[in-house]
Amino acid sequence: MVGRRQFLKKAAGSLASLGGLSLLQRSVFAAATGAEESAILDALPGKEALIKKTYRPPNYETPVSYFDTPFTPNNRFFVRYHNAVIPEVKVSEWRLHVGGDAVRTPLELTLEQLRKDFKPVEIAALCLCSGNRRGLFQPHVPGVQWGSGAMGNARWRGVLLKDVLAGAGIGKSAVEVSLDGADSGVLKTTPDFIKSLPLAKALDENTLIAFEMNGEPLPHWNGFPARLVIPGWTATYWMKHLTAVNVLSKPFDGFWMKTAYRIPKDRFPSGQFSSQETATTTPVTEMVVNSLITNLANGQTLSADKPTEIKGVAWDGGNGIAQMEVSTDGGISWHKATLKQDLGRFSWRQWHYVFEPKRTGEYRIMARATSHSGASQPLEPVPNPSGYHHNAVQKIIIQVA
Amino acid sequence: MRTLILLLSFFAATATAGESLIVLKDRLGKNQVVAQCSVCHSLDYITMHASILNRAGWEKTVGKMINVMGAPINDADKRIIIDYLAQNYGK
Repeated sequence: MVGRRQFLKKAAGSLASLGGLSLLQRSVFAAATGAEESAILDALPGKEALIKKTYRPPNYETPVSYFDTPFTPNNRFFVRYHNAVIPEVKVSEWRLHVGGDAVRTPLELTLEQLRKDFKPVEIAALCLCSGNRRGLFQPHVPGVQWGSGAMGNARWRGVLLKDVLAGAGIGKSAVEVSLDGADSGVLKTTPDFIKSLPLAKALDENTLIAFEMNGEPLPHWNGFPARLVIPGWTATYWMKHLTAVNVLSKPFDGFWMKTAYRIPKDRFPSGQFSSQETATTTPVTEMVVNSLITNLANGQTLSADKPTEIKGVAWDGGNGIAQMEVSTDGGISWHKATLKQDLGRFSWRQWHYVFEPKRTGEYRIMARATSHSGASQPLEPVPNPSGYHHNAVQKIIIQVA
Repeated sequence: MRTLILLLSFFAATATAGESLIVLKDRLGKNQVVAQCSVCHSLDYITMHASILNRAGWEKTVGKMINVMGAPINDADKRIIIDYLAQNYGK
C-alpha cells in the first residue's frame, strides 16, 4: 500500500512535470479512436511526457517519433499496469521467493544474491504489449486503446530464470512456472496479476530475471528491482517487481491466464502453450512479424525538391527480420528497404528507405516486414475479440508539394 | 458508512494528481459512477471507451467489474451506473 507521504511526493512530482507539457502538446497521437478523448501528454515521476491513456492504473505509451534510436531510453519507455497499487520497492526489503508444489527446495533470494550467485547475462529484446495498436482495430474492441507506442527496445541484464530454478530443484511433476509481482488491486477481492509460463519457456536459454535495462537499474515504472524478460513473447509475461516464482504441477488457473490474454486457437501461427489450451482458445504468446514507420504521419507534406528518408523498425518473435519493403503507390509496387545493424534476433531491426518522389501530389506509403521464417504482415489485422497481435501493413497518406 | 470511508481512503492513497482533471458529464447517476468506479481506477477508463461500448458492452463491462474484479456494487447502483454509462458514453 502506498503511504500518505509517498502519495504526496508522487502528486508533487506529477504537478512539477506539468509545467513542461505545453511545448509537447502537439498532435502526436495515433489515429486511435475514442481513445483520443482520454489521451494527453503527461509525465510520470522519473519519466518524460508520454501519451497518457489512463492515469490509474498508469498506462502510458511512447510517442512513435521517439522510436528513432536502436534502444528506447528508459525515461521514454512505455508503462503498463493492470492494478493500481504499485509499491515503491526497497531493495533492502525485497526478496524473490522460489517455491510451488513442484519445487524441491524453496528459496528466498536477495537482490545481492541474485547478482552474485548466478551468471550475468545481457540480451537485446523488444518489450511489446500484446494489445499494442488495439485502438486501430475496426470495429473497436474494449481494452486500453493503444496506438503504436506500447513497445520499446532495450538491453536487459540479469540472470537466467533456469539457473535460479536449478538452484531450487525442479520436481518431475512440474508443468508450469507462475510469476507474481509486488503490485496488487485496491480491493482484496480483485484478482492479483499473476501469469504463468510453460516449463519449457521458463527453462529457455533466453528467459531472464532482469535487474538492469540499458545499463541502468530498472525504472520504478518498468519493474524495479527485478522483472521477467521473455524475449520473443509479448510483454504480458514480463512480470514487473517480481516477488515470486512458483513451480507448479498443474496449470495455473487464475483470471489472467484462464480468461484474459487469450486468442482464438489456430488464428495465429504462434502457440506453444499446450497446458493452457482449451477447445477454442490459447494464450497469446509469441509476437507476430510486424513493422512501423516512425518518421511520417498521415497528412504530412514533404518537399518535392529533395529525397526523404523513410525510417522505421521491424520485429518478430525471434526468427529475425529477413526483408523490409516499402511501397509509395499504395501497394502496387514494392521496393527493398535497407536493414540497419542486427542487434540480435529478439531486438527490433531499424530500417530506412530513400524516397525520391518524381511528381507532386498524393502518395500512399506502406511498409511490410518478412521474417526469416517466411512470415510477413497481412494487409488487414486478424480480428480477435480482445484486439491482440495487430500487425497489419501500415498505410500512411502524405502529400508532396 | 464505514465501508465508504475505507474505500475513499483507498482512493486517496492511490489517486494521481492528473486524474482530478477528468470531468464526467454532469447527469443523473454521476455520483454513483464516481463513488464506485474511482475506488479502483481513474475515470479516463470510461472516457476512453466512449463510442466503443454500446449498452450491452457497458452492461458486460460493469458486470465484469463486479463479478471478476470484485467491486462491491449493489444491484440498485449497478443499474444506475449502467444507465449513466450507456446514455452518456454509449456508442
